[in-house]
Amino acid sequence: MSERITGAEALVRCLEAEGVDILFGYPGGVALPIFDALYDSKQVRTILPRHEQGAVHAADGFARATGRCGVALVTSGPGAANTITGIANAYMDSIPLVVITAQVSTAVIGTDAFQEIDITGITVPITKHNYLVKDVAELPEIMKEAFHIATTGRPGPVLIDVPVDVSKGELDFAYPDSVNLPGYKPTYKGHSKQIKQAVSLITRARRPLLYVGGGVISSEGAKELKELAELMQIPVTTTMMGKSVFPEDHHLWIGMPGMHGAKYTNYAITEADLLIAVGVRFDDRVTGKLAAFASKAKIIHVDVDPAEIGKNKAVDVPIVGDAKNVLAGIVAELRKTDAESKSEAWVAVIDEWRKQFPLHYGGHEAGAAGEHLFPQYVVQRVSELTKDRDTIICTEVGQNQMWACQYYTLRHPRSWVSSGGLGTMGFGFPAAIGAQAGRPDALVIDIAGDGSIQMNTQELATAKINGFPVKIVILNNGYLGMVRQWQELFYGRRYSASVLPQDCPDFVKLAEAYGCFGVRVEKPADLDAALQAAFDFDGPAIVDCRVVGEECVYPMVAPGASIDEMLGGVPGCPVSEMLDDDILEEVWE
Amino acid sequence: MRHTLSVVVENKPGVLTRVTSLFARRGFNIDSLAVGTTEDPTLSRITIVCSAAETPIEQITKQVHKLINVIKVQELDPADSVDRELVLFKINAAPERRHEIIEIANVFRAKIVDVGRNSVTIEATGATDKIDAMEDLFRAYGIKEMARTGKIALTRGRES
Repeated sequence: MSERITGAEALVRCLEAEGVDILFGYPGGVALPIFDALYDSKQVRTILPRHEQGAVHAADGFARATGRCGVALVTSGPGAANTITGIANAYMDSIPLVVITAQVSTAVIGTDAFQEIDITGITVPITKHNYLVKDVAELPEIMKEAFHIATTGRPGPVLIDVPVDVSKGELDFAYPDSVNLPGYKPTYKGHSKQIKQAVSLITRARRPLLYVGGGVISSEGAKELKELAELMQIPVTTTMMGKSVFPEDHHLWIGMPGMHGAKYTNYAITEADLLIAVGVRFDDRVTGKLAAFASKAKIIHVDVDPAEIGKNKAVDVPIVGDAKNVLAGIVAELRKTDAESKSEAWVAVIDEWRKQFPLHYGGHEAGAAGEHLFPQYVVQRVSELTKDRDTIICTEVGQNQMWACQYYTLRHPRSWVSSGGLGTMGFGFPAAIGAQAGRPDALVIDIAGDGSIQMNTQELATAKINGFPVKIVILNNGYLGMVRQWQELFYGRRYSASVLPQDCPDFVKLAEAYGCFGVRVEKPADLDAALQAAFDFDGPAIVDCRVVGEECVYPMVAPGASIDEMLGGVPGCPVSEMLDDDILEEVWE
Repeated sequence: MRHTLSVVVENKPGVLTRVTSLFARRGFNIDSLAVGTTEDPTLSRITIVCSAAETPIEQITKQVHKLINVIKVQELDPADSVDRELVLFKINAAPERRHEIIEIANVFRAKIVDVGRNSVTIEATGATDKIDAMEDLFRAYGIKEMARTGKIALTRGRES
């Protein structure tokens, strides 16, 4: 059964068939046939951002918060070019997106026509795959393939470039039921022999550690992860991308590893005898000096992307497969063995480190009774005030992001939206809009810096007009804080181009200019009331927190150092000196 | 270290760019590249000779394999594969030296495909070291122009 319709109408039908109900779209000349077709769709709601970068970040935030594929639609030339940062961001973090760009007509492609850009050429390195639709008859098949590729295997962004004559042309429409991609067959099931080997290592380990990343979130493997951790009493460290997949108030959660990981987390990695790496890619921000990373441990690496295994670090047991499947397989195999956990003493040691080297800041001045408003305290209060609500924490990039990592306690998968691999300033707020669009009942908070938030404030209009009550908590320290921190540590405090006047712009007035709620906080004593007022406000709100300017994110591993060599935080002795302690001896026998 | 990769891809526009730009992006140098269709007209075979100083070849083959249009990637073992290259040499050849040049060509089982007033053009096929040896000999006469196709290769009989 087929029906004669235009390419643009077919495109909308395809979106409907894929279950798309929200699309972030910015129109323009050659995109108009598609926008015209969208006008009639009863299923697809088109949200107009104020910049194409905002559209893609919003689609990305939608995907992270819901687990569904995000969709953005823009016009050719500058519209397409403005999506690049958003696409690269999604690519680095393996987020499923379909980005549709309109293109000049096939007759003039390659002539430098008005608003022409070779977007498929440009995005080859930052998409999982991309298409230029040359014939309207191919459109349904390409749409089907694009959604399939974006959402399966290791997820990622797929771009479809649609020339205007293709969207105006006609075809006999039928949406295919299946795809035929001979070169694309992701492996989901882990090899049973490898799983048995992994189980054998796990049952023998005295100091095991689960090192878990975004792959477990995209495979929806939180339940299986928790089962494995609890069954064998294995402590869990989640990377920044893996945050929220394991409850952070669980006694086995031991924080985030790497450059701004807690001391106890990094010590645990350094001393582990078995590292079970699941859905992680041994990113340099996590590993520091590679040779020293988990150098005492056997390594099991589970990843759906075979190219990630062995890319940065040699592994003992490679398992290609979907994290959820493989974790379930390991648990099932473990249950057969009646193996008992041997890690009790190890867990106790890490708890001891946790007591000795907690995350800390500001000394006696911290807290509501203090004079100074510390950024970490702001995050702690946001965490405390929202702990009983369905909350999604989005962040910008920089100090604000790291403090959010360290001081907000996440409890549910997909409650964390933050730019990992690309480290995109300006991501958090449009992503928060996308998250809110996908999860209308959640309280969505963007923890921001005064630098990052200024990269996409135009989206306040999008939030206001579409009724997305996103809350922005700005840790306003008057600096590009992380840049300033590096300049302080490594460039002799020469604050080159990193100082932002703290009262420019006036964020309260900025919020008001867009019809939103704005409030400023200068003292700890006023913080809770201001946050509560913003959370209770029925619409977008900004809480401008004037925090201590020269606070740094600690602990910190200097670039190139090994992760147990940390600056700042509670002063501590190297791990090796602590091994004399009686409590520890048993574990390191 | 030099490696010969045989990459079977879908015969679609832009696929070659995807493959080669991946090599460039990942810091692998392509020494030679040859592309043509296979027995199946919907597929092409790309033969790539590349050198990688430090990164193991496994990493680039895995990355290439990730491309949606790539069906198969194989590193060819020189002992278990046949490979050939086609070359055209246009050599300085005054009439009195022509004879020697033709004799060299005969030794290598190469063909004379054109003769000019002061030049001879020779076609040869063979493994890379044979072509290199010819090139070395002809240099003494002066190579005016040379074109090489790059290596094409297949595994020996037992495999498909």
